[in-house]
Amino acid sequence: MEALPKITFAPARAPAEKSDSVRSVQRPVRLAPVIPPAGRFADPIFKGLVLTCAASVFALVVLIVIELVSQSRLSLHAFGFSFFIRSNWDPVSGDFGAFPFIYGTLVSSLLALIIAVPLAAGVALFTTEMCPRPLRSTLSFLVELLAAIPSVIYGLWGIFVLAPLLRAYVEPWLAHNFGWTGLFEGAPYGLGMLAAGIILAIMIVPIIASITREVVTAVPRQQREAVLALGATRWETLRIGVLRNARTGIMGGIILGLGRALGETIAVTMVIGNSPQISKSLFAPGYTLASVIANEFTEATGNLYLSALMEIGLALFIITLIVNALAQLLVWSVTRGMPARAIG
Amino acid sequence: MDNETQVWKVSFGRRLANGAATVGMACAALLVVTPLVVIFGYLVYKGIGALNWSFLTQIPKPVGEAGGGMANGIVGSALILLIASAIGIPLGIGSGVFLAEYGRNRYGDIVRFTADVLNGVPSIVIGSTVWGLLVVTQKHFSLFSGAVALGIMMVPTVTRSTEEILLMVPQSVREAAIGLGVSQWRVTVSVVLRTATAGILTGIMLAFARVAGETAPLMFTAFGNQFWSVSPNQPAAALPLQIFYYATSAFEELNRQAWAGALVLIVLIVGTIGIVRLVASRGLMKGAA
Repeated sequence: MEALPKITFAPARAPAEKSDSVRSVQRPVRLAPVIPPAGRFADPIFKGLVLTCAASVFALVVLIVIELVSQSRLSLHAFGFSFFIRSNWDPVSGDFGAFPFIYGTLVSSLLALIIAVPLAAGVALFTTEMCPRPLRSTLSFLVELLAAIPSVIYGLWGIFVLAPLLRAYVEPWLAHNFGWTGLFEGAPYGLGMLAAGIILAIMIVPIIASITREVVTAVPRQQREAVLALGATRWETLRIGVLRNARTGIMGGIILGLGRALGETIAVTMVIGNSPQISKSLFAPGYTLASVIANEFTEATGNLYLSALMEIGLALFIITLIVNALAQLLVWSVTRGMPARAIG
Repeated sequence: MDNETQVWKVSFGRRLANGAATVGMACAALLVVTPLVVIFGYLVYKGIGALNWSFLTQIPKPVGEAGGGMANGIVGSALILLIASAIGIPLGIGSGVFLAEYGRNRYGDIVRFTADVLNGVPSIVIGSTVWGLLVVTQKHFSLFSGAVALGIMMVPTVTRSTEEILLMVPQSVREAAIGLGVSQWRVTVSVVLRTATAGILTGIMLAFARVAGETAPLMFTAFGNQFWSVSPNQPAAALPLQIFYYATSAFEELNRQAWAGALVLIVLIVGTIGIVRLVASRGLMKGAA
């Protein structure tokens, strides 16, 4: 066996006197591992590769913005800002205003929030805090499953099951008992704003519930224990020890749900009735920003018509961007310090 | 009074509030689960009735004729999803690796933010953008443009889940590999990515399940097709599109087929998620699903 070469490490700073041990070093010993030539290039190449992927994500978003702006240029020039406050939508004479769609989007989304928030918060708190342990994962799986149902299937169900149900039972009942509010007037079609709100509510419950679960879990145990030790009941513990700390994050979840509801297309298109009208009654059909694009895009004749639809897309993009950024900020402020989590 | 026997009294009002809150939450849970059960119930009940062999093997008959199926839609969807995955998954994993391994800085924050923005862009907006980029320049609808739209939608989900999973791989594993003299990229590819395979697969499957049911981005890209077409350059049928058109059609026969299509679609998606849960429960990253 070959004798191992004698390795001596040179001291970082030369000693004042020359000593034998230093002089005996035959050749310099490299402390850094020797990188084979291939690896020296492979590292930067690999980094460049993943950097390109990451940059393309950025580029995609920029591309979407550029495309939306350039496609809607014609309409931007023709109508300016008044596009968003005028309520004429007349493809024949080429007069376009998006207000009915903005109204429809806002009303259907707010309706969805009013229905979904208590339910989502309830189910999330029930799963994290109250539910018997064996049931916990089943329940959260079921709520997740609700998020997995494609929007077209919600729409299908809305048309053939929910709308007849609303028409036959719920809407007459609402009209009879709450007709005085003016919100439940007119013929009960089934399809309309109310149906859209309910479908949207079912669709955003899992989003709000999963964020709520996440931020509630992020509240330290000691908070609960401290309140519990003061003699609080379970509900008081939840209210004082948990919700008060998690409310910012829950708010973020709600806004994230709102973002989803604003951009939801197919299910809403199928049940809202698609008529650009502004009506106080929730029974009346409406139209949303997303569903007008879905419905009229392929039939749009004329560049101005297409451009107006693209401008609606641009508006939708900007609104959802603001809403989602706000939501992220709120969720981050609570879960900061925990590992990053994709919100899918 | 003897302290030993003193009972902690909770006032009636507080007990009432506690009970009401508990009941309220349980009711909320019940109310949320109800639509799920009802929707699945209807899908199976209506879908099974309309589902038969010819539905899976034939293309649509002309309107008004009975029979026919969605075979072209099923195949079209499969092709679209295949190409979409080929675009979305490598991009997503690549940028996820960037975020986890090189992205603990300002550039990483920018990419993270844009990925979240992309995640929040309504699918209809992605559809119309791809229409402007590909359909307008090609001058016709195509299967490929539909796949690009869905591929773009997969990217942010895969990116963020890959990052999340890679960050869960212990730093010591990386250090051990570097200590053996392995170069940086080999550490990432052969050690970190290898360790995290199960978790990354989970993220991919979730992204897949998410785009599999998308209809809106396909409306102005893949467009739909009544006939057989497997060419990436031609308009293609897709299952969700066909469900949409059939559901909104005035013909009862088509409505019936829409339910069958919906059943096939939901089986595909729930099947994917089932695999995800199986992988996640066995693999490294529990709870990632």
